[in-house]
Amino acid sequence: MKAVSAEEAIAMIPNGATVMVGGFMGVGTPDRLLDELVRQQKSDLMLICNDAALPGKGIGKLIDAALVSRMTASHIGLNPKVHQQMMANRIVVDLIPQGTLAERIRAGGCGLGGVLTQTGVGTSVEQGKQKIEVGGKTYLLETALHADFALVHAFLADYSGNLSYALTARNFNPLMAMAADTVIVTTEHIVPTGVIAPDHVVTPGPLVDYLIANG
Amino acid sequence: MDAQTIIARRVAQELKSGNLVNLGIGIPTLVSNYVPAGLNVFFQSENGLIGTGPIPEQGLSHPLLTDAGGKPISALPGACTFDSAMSFGLIRGGHVDVTVLGGLQVDAGGHLANWTIPGKMVPGMGGAMDLVSGAKRVIVAMQHAAKGKSKIVVKCNLPLTSSRPVDLVVTDMAVIGFPGGKATLLETAPGISVAEVMAVTDAELVIPDNIPAMML
Repeated sequence: MKAVSAEEAIAMIPNGATVMVGGFMGVGTPDRLLDELVRQQKSDLMLICNDAALPGKGIGKLIDAALVSRMTASHIGLNPKVHQQMMANRIVVDLIPQGTLAERIRAGGCGLGGVLTQTGVGTSVEQGKQKIEVGGKTYLLETALHADFALVHAFLADYSGNLSYALTARNFNPLMAMAADTVIVTTEHIVPTGVIAPDHVVTPGPLVDYLIANG
Repeated sequence: MDAQTIIARRVAQELKSGNLVNLGIGIPTLVSNYVPAGLNVFFQSENGLIGTGPIPEQGLSHPLLTDAGGKPISALPGACTFDSAMSFGLIRGGHVDVTVLGGLQVDAGGHLANWTIPGKMVPGMGGAMDLVSGAKRVIVAMQHAAKGKSKIVVKCNLPLTSSRPVDLVVTDMAVIGFPGGKATLLETAPGISVAEVMAVTDAELVIPDNIPAMML
């Protein structure tokens, strides 16, 4: 783990990168990194995230700045700007059931090719997907998701990169911290190693490549 | 009593002590207001919480504790938090006893459409498909008709949420179940006759001999 500034971390991300962003309706979203993506005008981003939040909030900031060309998410309904950009063919949105999204990311981080789920069988979600029978039940094969970068927000990070999360700000963050080539973390507090008890570490330090240092 | 209150009160009667329950947005959210005192029900919020509590007093909310819509909530004693894989493992894995969801259409076979109106409303399914596919019991809470048009249809023409039929539909006019895979009128709302329900129901309903009124 290396401590860097948000400016240095975001400078590593090229235009067109596939980027996972943690958070749920802007809660547990690494806002400092999103603000820096906007400041550096990183464009054509292929986002993997739960939702589009609201205009001006969380992922919504990237949508406001028209930096996203593709979005893989479960819900965009509270951000009308995504609809506008879809209609104008400026953004492609892949909508995925939320549990399937979580498991595809988890699979990507755990060395699995995908998962089998009954969610989506008999709906438009099954189009183009392989169906597999196991024990008399029909499942969809949902393939793993992986990203070039994961932007993660934690509650506590120690000097070794160990992370813990708070309340409903955990959501997709620990899953994404496993599923990208480069993991960049913002946190509410940086604490000395040992402050997070080993039993309370959710994301092990070796998964974290860069921790955004206090300004 | 207005339509939403009738629906929410009647759905709340379906909950049993010890149930783990997931409420969708809209009318389903109101159900938590009518849980009988002393009934020990756990509510899950799919953004990663079991034990959601009421909206905190002004000035006491925490920015990292919200419902799935991003609105501040509180947590009750015994609450626990987890990531999204655990949250949907609970849902798909059959650990959620009851989910209450809104609906756009339910058809004669109990199939639910509630996530999109192609060309008009494409918000994304969020957790709805997982909830209908995985929860032990699925209850739809919705108005019986919208703008005079029945929401209980012969066959859904909107995209389905799941191939798994729902267990119960509670509207402002009726309670409908699906014994043997057939839409069956189980109760009527106070002051509503069977004929009135049938008049605004497109799907064919099985009409048993005895149809009690909802006890609200």
